[in-house]
Amino acid sequence: MSFSRGSRKIFDNLNMDIERGKVTAIMGPSGTGKTTLLKLIGGQLKPDTGSILVDGENVHQLGKRALYDLRQRTMGMLFQSGALLTDLSVYDNVAFPLREHTKLTESGIRHLVLLKLNAVGLRGARSLMPNELSGGMARRVALARAIALDPAMIMYDEPFTGQDPISMGVLVKLIRDLNHALDLTSVVVSHDVAETASISDYIYLIAEGRVVEQGTPDALGKSHSGWVDQFMNGLADGPVPFQYPAPPLVDELMQVGP
Amino acid sequence: MIQNSLQALGHSTLNAFSRTGRATLFLLGVLPSLWAALVRLPLLIKQLYNVGVQTLSIILVAGVFVGMVLALQSYIVLVDFGAEESISLMVSLSILRELGPVFTGLLFAGRAGSALTAEIGLMKSTEQLSGMEMMAVDPMKYVMAPRFMAGLISVPLLTIIFMAIAILGGYYVSTEMLGQDGGVFWSQMHAKVDFYEDVMNGIIKSLVFGFVIVWIAVFEGYDCVPTSEGLGQATTRTVVHSSLAVLGLDFILTAIMFAS
Repeated sequence: MSFSRGSRKIFDNLNMDIERGKVTAIMGPSGTGKTTLLKLIGGQLKPDTGSILVDGENVHQLGKRALYDLRQRTMGMLFQSGALLTDLSVYDNVAFPLREHTKLTESGIRHLVLLKLNAVGLRGARSLMPNELSGGMARRVALARAIALDPAMIMYDEPFTGQDPISMGVLVKLIRDLNHALDLTSVVVSHDVAETASISDYIYLIAEGRVVEQGTPDALGKSHSGWVDQFMNGLADGPVPFQYPAPPLVDELMQVGP
Repeated sequence: MIQNSLQALGHSTLNAFSRTGRATLFLLGVLPSLWAALVRLPLLIKQLYNVGVQTLSIILVAGVFVGMVLALQSYIVLVDFGAEESISLMVSLSILRELGPVFTGLLFAGRAGSALTAEIGLMKSTEQLSGMEMMAVDPMKYVMAPRFMAGLISVPLLTIIFMAIAILGGYYVSTEMLGQDGGVFWSQMHAKVDFYEDVMNGIIKSLVFGFVIVWIAVFEGYDCVPTSEGLGQATTRTVVHSSLAVLGLDFILTAIMFAS
């Protein structure tokens, strides 16, 4: 699959398999298009060439109704920003997909919402509004909402960002446990190398619009690739430049004007 | 220099065509979803409150002052001809045919239109619309349609209220300040104002204005660049474009309605 934004090529013949029932991590430097990849999988963006198959269906050849059916049946997504509906309380946010897509009674919805909120440690915060939550709490509520309908596949966009060590530990375990208990397929986009690697069955390392390394966490740990070494160990020097492409600093400083 | 100007002109023209195309496609997406707004009554009622009830106070205040000023100005002109008893005609016909729908449209665009754009734009920039799509909830049905329908219902109702309160304002000035007879005020109106020609045409205008204003407001929010600056520009565009559309359409509708 290839995808561009304007003249900038984001993905160039990217090829990935995400195995059913496993936790697959997608890692890479900032700006490599990891969130874009999740939106492509979810059908919110369309690739220039190639195809994306989810549960055997070509996401971008589906009509609107069929795409919505596929999303309802198989996809849950945790957005980086949380994407909570700001006019609804924490409780109503988690209840939202249940009210929209099921015929459960309010009593049944209440049970499910409390269970999901309990799983992310925020049962007591159910009356709060999104503007009363910290960034980390908002993401945990969004996680409870993403798993409300028990989708077959959940895409996590930076689930650990902004979490304190306790919450992070619980979330890491929760993602792993959910995957095992419900036989889900999880796609985790994250920069938190150690945490993500600890729960992943397979890791894709992407950079410069392509997969630069892939394998199990153990295999990548033993890899001698420059990409793996630099990213997993957070080194400044390596194939990924720290600086955005620019002329030498000295030349810029000597230059007059903006 | 000339090349740059031509380039800028070409860019603006292409942009305008592109925006018109996107706005039309957006409208074609929203219209089939409008029935959903009637099914989701709680959402519609909430939006009726937000865009309709919340605009009521400004409509009432503006209406009463417009009616009062119109009565005073009419008196100043008519008294020279000994026709001051026709104040009610001047007030009612001006309000019912023109000022009611136009003032309500302008006030609605400034108060509710800008708020609609800002709200939807903010939902876009905080990924709430994307979040809904991923939860298989169509934002057209859940967000756009109730707001669109609420605008369509609110503007004609607000216009009727504006008309009524403005005429009452005119009545107050005419009788209490200028000493005219109240009975004459109402009888003149009763004799000369035609329900279909004057009242209904005013309401038809308000329906058209309401449609155009909510279309612009909701589209601008949906189409805005999801940044602080983009949101500000979209809100400004809503007020400017809606106001110009109301004034331009008023001329066209008046020419059609009263051509005979």
